[in-house]
Amino acid sequence: MTALDAGLNAVLGRTFPFPKRHFLSVLDLNEVEVTSLLDLADGFVALNRQTSKKLDLLKGRTLMNLFFENSTRTQSSFELAGKRLGADVVNMSPRSSSISKGETLIDTAVTLNAMQPDLLVVRHGSSGAASLLAQKVTCSVVNAGDGQHEHPTQALLDALSMRRAFGRIAGLKIAICGDVLHSRVARSNVGLLQMLGANVRLVGPPTLMPAAADRWGVDVFHDMKQGIAGCDVVMMLRLQLERMDGVMAPSQREYFRFFGLDREKLAHAAPGVRVMHPGPMNRGVEIDSEVADDLSVSLIQDQVEMGVAARMAVLTALSARLDNDR
Amino acid sequence: MSERPFALTNLRLIDPSSGFDGPGAVLVAEGVVADVAQGGDLGALSPDVEVVDAGGQLLIPGLVDLRVKTGEPGAETKETLKSAASAAAAGGVTTVVVQPDTDPVVDEASVVDFILRRARDIELVHVYPAGAATKGARGERMAEIGLMREAGCVYVTDADRPIVNSKVFRRVLAYAKAFDVLVAHRPADPWLSAGAAATEGEFAGRMGLPAVPPAAEKIMLERDLALVELTEARLLVDQVTTACGLEALQRGKARGLPVTATTSINHLSFNEIDIGDYRTFCKLDPPLRSEDDRQAVIDALASGLIDIVVSAHAPAPPEDKRLPYDQATPGAVGLETLLPALLNLHHDGGLPLLDLLRTVTSRPADLLGLPAGRIAKGAPADLVLVDLYAPVVIDSDKLLSKSKNTPFDGRRLQGQVITTWVDGRAVYRRG
Repeated sequence: MTALDAGLNAVLGRTFPFPKRHFLSVLDLNEVEVTSLLDLADGFVALNRQTSKKLDLLKGRTLMNLFFENSTRTQSSFELAGKRLGADVVNMSPRSSSISKGETLIDTAVTLNAMQPDLLVVRHGSSGAASLLAQKVTCSVVNAGDGQHEHPTQALLDALSMRRAFGRIAGLKIAICGDVLHSRVARSNVGLLQMLGANVRLVGPPTLMPAAADRWGVDVFHDMKQGIAGCDVVMMLRLQLERMDGVMAPSQREYFRFFGLDREKLAHAAPGVRVMHPGPMNRGVEIDSEVADDLSVSLIQDQVEMGVAARMAVLTALSARLDNDR
Repeated sequence: MSERPFALTNLRLIDPSSGFDGPGAVLVAEGVVADVAQGGDLGALSPDVEVVDAGGQLLIPGLVDLRVKTGEPGAETKETLKSAASAAAAGGVTTVVVQPDTDPVVDEASVVDFILRRARDIELVHVYPAGAATKGARGERMAEIGLMREAGCVYVTDADRPIVNSKVFRRVLAYAKAFDVLVAHRPADPWLSAGAAATEGEFAGRMGLPAVPPAAEKIMLERDLALVELTEARLLVDQVTTACGLEALQRGKARGLPVTATTSINHLSFNEIDIGDYRTFCKLDPPLRSEDDRQAVIDALASGLIDIVVSAHAPAPPEDKRLPYDQATPGAVGLETLLPALLNLHHDGGLPLLDLLRTVTSRPADLLGLPAGRIAKGAPADLVLVDLYAPVVIDSDKLLSKSKNTPFDGRRLQGQVITTWVDGRAVYRRG
């Protein structure tokens, strides 16, 4: 068990006093906290690659996954993170419970809160839902995606992937491309990456760009080649296919022609460019398989691995805060 | 009405209809203002008159609020006519016009009659119903405008719902004109507004809220003005809240079109940033606008481009508000906060009291041809005694409305109602 001990020590050496009870938005964090979370997550990456991955940092704690929107990837990532830290993990599926029978979000939250969970991981289709829940419960709330607002653990894992690939984030030129309008991933990433000193651009058709996005401190491009020119990272966003076919863009093929990432467009980026995608991908719509599967440029697999580590870091930090409250 | 006559002396009297602001006294008998002394004293009074020294406090006409929703009939858990009337009395509002989008919709004479009878039984403030312009307020077929007019409705409107079909709206305008019925209409392009919870811009973009561009108001307003030009019917523009909408209104008024415009006290008092961390009490319809728009609305009020201020009283119980922002019901109660919030534009914004009060008294009364909204000999004794400088902290728990959804909760304002009289009867006294 020496390997585990080494990993554990590496991790525990990196814990730090996290001052927040909830993890709702990247805007609640400062650079020191983010860097500390990334350092902690780095330790968990090493740990997760060992045979024996189990820790007892969250022993006795209960983590509830409350996913109002289906997401196999994020939910299982949180579930694994909780289990590897020794927490009891419960997955609530509101679709089959009373929430679909007209119970309000707050009633559900109050009911679940009475079961004394320590950590509540929430995904909901409405912007602000996680913050609303956080006002009504006594446990820690982790925002696993609220509507079109934020997905802060995704931004953290993206930053972790980038930092491990480039050794730094400050100074990187990062293009976030696609459906920015509906993307909580984009909003969280813009906030976090700017905090860490990256130069962020948004690329997409005007119909998929939020109003006044140029006031977010980013450059906005409607031409993909110009947008990714000289970029170190090209982050593609998932596109809801029902928004194609003449609604937000005329068709999938037209969208792919002008905004899909293929080798030809990628050639405009900086040498050594890395491609990211929060998944799940629509191959042939926003990203060409040739690019997605090229492990010399794609960080997409890494992102999934980093997801578990980043979420372990968040859960550990919040749990340490809960310990202090007692 | 057979109560003992009384005289209020030592007043600061403000009567916007005559443009008077100065010391004065008022004699009330038989439910009407029997005499007014602007700047002087009442003559010799008979001994049975109770004389009250007001200590220099402000007396204004009772407020006339053209846009009030209750839940009666159909949704009495939100608000009843009685709870709304109590709230109105406490807020110095002595005449309310209730909106027709109830259940059933006020689209025929019997429902108009029901509301008038209920209001008469409650005996607090004057309540007049607005009728629906179209059957079921669905925007498809004209409602019985003439019959509702006979029954006592004061104008027609489909409330929050724009009448999308231009042909239908043209006919409503033309038909209502024949009966000299005022038509009110919400200027909002239905497609741009669909599903919106906020105003398009940096704030809504950052918060990830579905948003409507301000131009949606202008687009519908321009159409309405064109139809007014075509039909020469009178139009009440139901809440202008954007700078671009005001430009359109300005052009329409400059052409001499018979249009009158309202805005809500909420859009004069708040901007989109007040939504903050998804405060659903600030979710309104139309949504709160940018600060630039709010300033434009205040300027338009000062210049007279906007004629009337409404409370846009829209009660919503916790189960409709304690929801994620995009799912919450829009609207805010406003009857009890209308006056202090309006006075705030005087205290903080320096707008003249006479001009401000005109927008909630004589202008709306004149528009509907009501005898209210003035302190004049022979007019109904609908009066409000106001402590103009008294500080208040709005406390939603203390509101008399059945629903407590006020964005003013915790706000510090100045101006408190001391007493409200309706037809010479005191219907509210500060506790």
